[in-house]
Amino acid sequence: MIADAVTVLLIGAGLFFFVAGTVGFVRFPDVHSRLHALTKADNLGLGLVVLGAALQAPDAATVLKLVLVWLLTLAAAATVAQLLARSALEDGAP
Amino acid sequence: MTDLLYVAALVILANVAVSAWRVLHGPARADRIMGAQLIGTSGVALLVLLYLIHGSSGVLDLALLLALLAAFAAVGYVKSRSADGAGDPEVAGGEDP
Repeated sequence: MIADAVTVLLIGAGLFFFVAGTVGFVRFPDVHSRLHALTKADNLGLGLVVLGAALQAPDAATVLKLVLVWLLTLAAAATVAQLLARSALEDGAP
Repeated sequence: MTDLLYVAALVILANVAVSAWRVLHGPARADRIMGAQLIGTSGVALLVLLYLIHGSSGVLDLALLLALLAAFAAVGYVKSRSADGAGDPEVAGGEDP
C-alpha cells in the first residue's frame, strides 16, 4: 500500500516537471532557451516517472531495464541538445 | 491506482499534442526537430506508464527503441544541415560556428 502511494507521488512529481518542461518549450522566445527547457525538465520528469515505476517492478531485471531506459534517454537528449544548439547557431537562430 | 495512472497517461498525451503543435508551428527548423524529440521522450514516459498499468516487460524494450530512434532522427537532421554535423570546434581546423 505504501509503495502504491509513493509511486503515485513520484509519478505526480514527474508529470509536474514534464508539463513544466513542455510549457517552457512552448513559451520561450528563442531556439536555444527552448532547447534548454526541453532537454532538462522533461528528462527530470521521465526520471521521476521511472523511479515511481521501479517501485512496482517485480524483479531486479525490470528495475535495471527501467533505469537503462532513463539513462539512454538522458544520453540521447544531452547529445542531441549539443548538436541542435550548434546547428541552430550556424543557421543564425534568433 | 490504475485510474490515476490513466490520468497520468492522459497528461502525457496532452504533452504530445502540445509538442505536435510546436512541430507544426515552430518558426525555426530546429524547433520542429525538438518537437519530434519531445514526442519521443513523452512516448517513452507513456510506455513506462503503460508498463505500470498492465505490465509486460516487452513494453520497456519498446521504450528503449523509441528513445534511440528519437535521437537518431535529430542526428539525421543535424547531419543533413552540414556534412560534418555542424563541425567540432575541438577538432584541429574545425571552423568556429
